[in-house]
Amino acid sequence: MDGYTYSELGAILAMQGFAGISLFSVLLLMALGLAIIFGQMGVINMAHGEFMAVGAYTTYFLSYLTETYFPAFMPYYFIFAIVVAFIVAGILGYFAEFILIRHLYARPLDTLLATWGLSLIMQQSFRSMFGAREVSPTLPEWLMGAYQPTEMIDIPINGMFVLGLTAVVTLGVFYLMFKSSWGLRVRATTQNRVMSGAVGINTKKVDRYTFALGCGIAGIAGAAFTTIASTGPTTGSLYIVDTFMVVVFGGAASLFGTIASAFSIAQAQSIMEFFMSGSMAKVYTLFALVLILMFRPEGLFASKVRR
Amino acid sequence: MSFVYEKLMGGKQGMVGLIILSALILVVFPMFLDSFRLNLLGKYLTYAFAAVSLVLIWGYGGTLSLGQGIFFGLGGYAMAMFLKLEASSPENTAIQSTPGIPDFMDWNQITALPWFWEPFSSFSFTIIAILVVPTFFAFLIGSAMFKRRVGGVYFAIITQVISVILTVLIVGQQGFTGGINGITDLRTLNGWDITSDSAKNIFYYVNCVLLIGVIVLSRWVLTSKFGRLLLAIRDKEDRVRFSGYDVANFKIFIFCLAAMISAIGGAMFTLQVGFMSPSFVGIVPSIEMVIFAAVGGRMSLIGAVYGCLLINFGKTVFSESFPELWLFLMGGLFIAVVMFFPNGLAGLWQDYGHYVTDRFTAIKNKILNKSTPSNDSAKKTLPETELS
Amino acid sequence: MYSNTDYTLAVEGLTVSFDGFKAVDDLNFYLDKNELHVVIGPNGAGKTTVLDLICGKTKATSGSIKFLNQELTELSEHAIVRAGVGRKFQTPSIYENLTVLENLEVSYPQGRGVFGALMFKRTQTVLDKIHEIAREIMLETELDTEAGLLSHGQKQWLEIGMLLIQDPQLLMLDEPVAGMSVKEREQTAELLNKISMGRSVLVIEHDMEFVAQIAHKVTVLHQGKILATGDMAEVQNDPNVIEVYLGH
Repeated sequence: MDGYTYSELGAILAMQGFAGISLFSVLLLMALGLAIIFGQMGVINMAHGEFMAVGAYTTYFLSYLTETYFPAFMPYYFIFAIVVAFIVAGILGYFAEFILIRHLYARPLDTLLATWGLSLIMQQSFRSMFGAREVSPTLPEWLMGAYQPTEMIDIPINGMFVLGLTAVVTLGVFYLMFKSSWGLRVRATTQNRVMSGAVGINTKKVDRYTFALGCGIAGIAGAAFTTIASTGPTTGSLYIVDTFMVVVFGGAASLFGTIASAFSIAQAQSIMEFFMSGSMAKVYTLFALVLILMFRPEGLFASKVRR
Repeated sequence: MSFVYEKLMGGKQGMVGLIILSALILVVFPMFLDSFRLNLLGKYLTYAFAAVSLVLIWGYGGTLSLGQGIFFGLGGYAMAMFLKLEASSPENTAIQSTPGIPDFMDWNQITALPWFWEPFSSFSFTIIAILVVPTFFAFLIGSAMFKRRVGGVYFAIITQVISVILTVLIVGQQGFTGGINGITDLRTLNGWDITSDSAKNIFYYVNCVLLIGVIVLSRWVLTSKFGRLLLAIRDKEDRVRFSGYDVANFKIFIFCLAAMISAIGGAMFTLQVGFMSPSFVGIVPSIEMVIFAAVGGRMSLIGAVYGCLLINFGKTVFSESFPELWLFLMGGLFIAVVMFFPNGLAGLWQDYGHYVTDRFTAIKNKILNKSTPSNDSAKKTLPETELS
Repeated sequence: MYSNTDYTLAVEGLTVSFDGFKAVDDLNFYLDKNELHVVIGPNGAGKTTVLDLICGKTKATSGSIKFLNQELTELSEHAIVRAGVGRKFQTPSIYENLTVLENLEVSYPQGRGVFGALMFKRTQTVLDKIHEIAREIMLETELDTEAGLLSHGQKQWLEIGMLLIQDPQLLMLDEPVAGMSVKEREQTAELLNKISMGRSVLVIEHDMEFVAQIAHKVTVLHQGKILATGDMAEVQNDPNVIEVYLGH
């Protein structure tokens, strides 16, 4: 690290830290959805990345529509797109659960294969509909640019916006899962399906909406994703492994663990990226995760249960 | 299940299945396919090693490994490193700024052969490395995971992550590994031109014989008490543990064996195809190997070979004429196999095969009855042909 | 701190807590050779947890478990089994896809290592032992039946047989007559009386009639602690026991 003065190092740390914040936001949004689907329902959704891509493509499509037909609406469409991305991905998730997932709850390894198949189909659908090239929505003016607290530090506004969005969604999920009566039913169902059915919870309905919710949040992640990178048919598959690592590392059923784990993974990756190639940063990050998981297979924040 | 076990694994039926497969790949295909197609088939059959290894670890062991590409790749790269060194003799590489090292190293301003490349100039070391390195790697992963009782979903995810790490590493360190293009331009094996048709034909037969050998070895493992214990562990792990067995050791062993088998496939791939690249190491090939086994029948060693051939044949046909459709079809296949045919082709044959054999028997009886009307025992003595 | 004893099993000061909840609390418990000891107690008393602790499924927070003067708390599960402790689970835990013969064979205490299992041969000695055990558990005619097809009671017997074939010095049975018919219960009682010769047997059971038939000694467990111990009559007349069972 010679060659850098302390103030330069500080600025690098701050800027890479903020670059990490964008990655953190997307990872966390993805992981929140997956934590619900995998952590709560035990379904290994390999198509989760594709649900994110659905959100990203929805945003792109809305941007295209707005630009072509209602240019005056451009400054506002993005907010609208986030909601639509959530709904579209959620509805697709709802049907995926209905057609596919519900038959496989007893066979978690098979959900992995089936959802992988689903992801292939979704990728090819993106390719057929939007082409093989990567696309980006036109972002509203107010998302562009950067905030400069000092001369050396640039903080992109889109990063801060996405961070804010992530905070809102995280709070929403927390409220929904742990404070609302619906969340209680979800947690009851995942802990003891038979008993929940016996006390009058419609477990099938709970499963379906839970899965749809998880996919919907992935859709929001997709909308957020469009602010930091462009979207191609295989974009989702690039993030699925990282997302699984976030969820597993955080301890599958812990919301706080998921946040902490998304933060540490994104920051480690992003700060290391400045000092070495992106690929080596990824290798070190993933390697460290695998090593840690070998010593703590239950993840960082798993709760102890009497077996 | 004991039915499946008896029928698929041993006895007369198992023998018949093996003979049919051997006849098909050793006699029938070479008779009807030209050299190019045969080489293509040979390439598919190298994946069959990985599919067979998944029958062991996933079908019988109950542990899904999404890392068979790691071992396939390690075996393939070990072989490729040897061939590359042979192709990079100082005479062949005289125009490089550092002659005598592989071309991609020269392009990446590397001026001396890295230490871990050195031993691969020896053929015998390479053969040992192909067998030992992946097995040892599997032993490390397996010990770390199985001793701590990590299994099921977590094992699948972690093996997948390891395959990602390896891929990213290979792509990122292109000076040492050839990067995304892999190790290409392989020409000779101990001075013998491997790109000639005759060499390719010989590799095809070597590959077939090795594959059959691997199936027989696997069958021996599965029919031993070890095989019954694997099934027992899959279904009632605690009961096995509390019968005095160290369950982790059994899983580690079968994982190592599966790794070694995949590695042989990888090495044969390099020999027949003439290069090795990271696209045979990562997530996609690893999970495709799983679908080969799933389509063939995750409990059937021979079924896995057919599954592998069928899918790769389909892939070749479709991606030539309807590339758009292929991913839809492949995706649909994943879903259909999991939801409707969990035992794959072998399971279908089990459920519906008797229609074929009954018909076959009936026709045969008819013929026999015509010539020798009093032959009652014809039906009894006719062996039921088992595909799997 | 802990002394050597003549007991087959000596449990002293055994405690396990799950996040502060003490499922077993400072338990002292001794088992003699040839003794058939039954542990009873209301649900949640910690009975199954005690078996889990002895066979190593759950790790103790503190205390000692000595089996033939060998400390078990430091051993792994398979080592405990190899030392001579067999354990039957509450729900019959057998390999449903294997035949009765294969079930017994898999449990046969030979070829327990990886390579031993690869090289294991079904010799006459093995077959003789399997037949002997099958006769004892009344399944000799069912040797080629797939275990999943057995009746619930037969499955219980098969699991007992899978333990007997290892000739353990300590046999622990968690609710061996659950789901059995009256006739099967009687046969099981007879079986248990027979197999307790030459070894120690620890049984968890709810059915008091059955307990009276088999128990040499009874221990009542309540909230992780011993409430009373003694023969059946003593325990039944113990005021504490009556309080717990009938008081509420």
